[in-house]
Amino acid sequence: MDAARVAGGRGRPVAAGEAARARSQASLGASFAVRAAFIWPALLAILFVSIYPLLASLYISLSHLKLVRGGFEFRFVGLDNFRELLVGGEQGNFLGVLGPLGPVGWAVMAAGVALLGWGLVRAWRGGASVVGMVFRVLGAVLAAGTLWLAARTLLAAGGRPGTAMVTLVYVLVGITAQFLLGLGLAYLLTQGLPGQRLFRVVFLLPMMITPVGVAYMFRMLTDTGKGPLQPLWAAVGLSDFSWVNSPWGARVAVMVGDIWQWTPFMFIILLAALEAQDTDTVEAGMVDGANRWQIFRHISLPAILPVCATVVLIRLIEAFKIIDLPNILTNGGPGTATESLSLHAYFRWRTLDLGQSAAVAYSLLFIVTVAALAYVNLVRRRIAEE
Amino acid sequence: MSPLRRRSVKELPPAGKLAAYLILVGWAVVVLFPLYWLVITSFKLPIQVNSGPVYLPFVDFQPSLDAWRYIFVDLRDDTLRPYLNTVVVALSSSVLALVLGSAGAYALARFPYKPRLGMIALAAGCLALVAVAVALGMPPAVAVAVAAGCFAILAATIGRRFRRTLSNGDIAFWMISQRILPPVAVVIPIYVLFQHLRLLDTRTALIITYAATNLPIVVWLMRDYFAKLPWELEEAAVVDGASAFRVFRSITLPLSAPGLVATFLIVLVFAWNEYLLALFLSSADAQTMPLTVAAQNATRGPQWWYMSVLIQIMILPVIALAVALERVVSRGLLVGAVKG
Repeated sequence: MDAARVAGGRGRPVAAGEAARARSQASLGASFAVRAAFIWPALLAILFVSIYPLLASLYISLSHLKLVRGGFEFRFVGLDNFRELLVGGEQGNFLGVLGPLGPVGWAVMAAGVALLGWGLVRAWRGGASVVGMVFRVLGAVLAAGTLWLAARTLLAAGGRPGTAMVTLVYVLVGITAQFLLGLGLAYLLTQGLPGQRLFRVVFLLPMMITPVGVAYMFRMLTDTGKGPLQPLWAAVGLSDFSWVNSPWGARVAVMVGDIWQWTPFMFIILLAALEAQDTDTVEAGMVDGANRWQIFRHISLPAILPVCATVVLIRLIEAFKIIDLPNILTNGGPGTATESLSLHAYFRWRTLDLGQSAAVAYSLLFIVTVAALAYVNLVRRRIAEE
Repeated sequence: MSPLRRRSVKELPPAGKLAAYLILVGWAVVVLFPLYWLVITSFKLPIQVNSGPVYLPFVDFQPSLDAWRYIFVDLRDDTLRPYLNTVVVALSSSVLALVLGSAGAYALARFPYKPRLGMIALAAGCLALVAVAVALGMPPAVAVAVAAGCFAILAATIGRRFRRTLSNGDIAFWMISQRILPPVAVVIPIYVLFQHLRLLDTRTALIITYAATNLPIVVWLMRDYFAKLPWELEEAAVVDGASAFRVFRSITLPLSAPGLVATFLIVLVFAWNEYLLALFLSSADAQTMPLTVAAQNATRGPQWWYMSVLIQIMILPVIALAVALERVVSRGLLVGAVKG
């Protein structure tokens, strides 16, 4: 499957591409200079926004900004900024306030650790290499740590999630909802109903709107006093309630806005995939007496699974960067309840705490990379192999 | 298979049809209602907004053009300047990204590249040396010269020993993987750099940054598009003595117009709506529309009516484009993102 190549990682060219390339060498044979002229501008531009800033950012994250006469200077402080985030004064903001584990927390922890251990044992029995096992154990430790953090901040009494956990919640809830909604709508719009094209255009709209605009729109809509749903809130006795003052209310508002905006992305790609599937197999299934659900479950779904895996990966990477919505909708509040990692870094930058800001940004980069790698290895590769 | 049979395969039973329409109309309402509210809010007076919700113009309330007049007459220049900035920045950065990106994508689709791993490591090592030397107080010019010398000597002597090479697929994957970088992780050094170059708060800074951040998307989408184009024409042109640039410009690009349009539209929307980088890199002169919209919340609390006008003038052009190009866009997305 071609789609497997794109995000599946180590770009393994398809056979056709290989043959074409061999031909190009013979027929389009461009000189070294010409080939360089084609690719270097793009390479340099990407290097400019990736490697240089990454290295500089790394240095900044290891230093403190000090204002001196006529400017500022960076003072190297080692891992201080990161220590501050993980165990120091910034812990409450970054990781959250840890509460004692309750019975539910213990149960979830136990189940999670058991599951991870079972996965490791299975991989070992399945003949994984030593290096593979090392990475798996590392991944399992990270997963267990995340679970522990989730249990202590989300499930424990007195716990409060920090920006890292809030970002994870946004990503997980957002992607799940967007995927299911997008898939459902795409499926309905491949059933040959009249008016399909109109629906398709309408469903695409939210993606085109600037996230800042979406944030303000949702601020208007969720206003329990002046918003259009005011009669509804009044009917359930919430007219004096403000989402912005309730941590979970505010987070839900952010997530709803995110889902509203990005469902179209999942929708359009899944629609394209469903339309591109082989109609003969579907018809053959129909002739054999399979019902609609069986056809979807056993024919359509497996056919589009690689595309599903790719589109989820793309959204996974993009969703971690969320900043516009919480910044506008709630300004990160109440307190720091809706702050995402990007927003956290931005707030630190605004108070000129550049070292801390870069440290948060680096933590975000670490989390995204680990999440993307874990996803590629656990989900994508498995799907691509099938 | 008979036509009758075919229809029964495709068609839902009446009850299913009804349910499907209910769901579709339901989601359409979810999508359209916020937009409807945006439009009618822009025709309300502050008092009409603040006294509780009113829904239907001419029935519930008398629409007025006050907010529109304020934005376009009273604030004229403060609205037009960011709008012009947004237009200029989005268009030029998208064109730049499309030009550089499609050249790179064409190269990756047509020419074999075999960069040697060892050489890349060597270059990285020399760069690291420069960084360390500068940090230790050596003048940058000297450090760069020394490192370049080292690189040249090492490349000439042990360079030939390196055997392991990367393929085009690896290069493309590396480019795409740059999307993983959260902008917030790279924006501070870019900010410092532009500060040194005295380019902060200029359109140039935004154009360069947007073009570079959108490049991977262009390379990713266009590479697959080019790979699917037939070769024969290009081969014929080469046989007739056309240069690679000529072939690219007069044969490949015209043939890939649909892909180029779709890709252009996608990066245009990204650049048009971009918020975070603009937040860091522009303040007054180069301010773009997303920042102007966000600024309506400043001191007097959110000014819903003005905001609604601003958001509308921001989204109208993109929506018009998207509707006009709906077919091309969905096909472009299909070809690039899905088909690989």
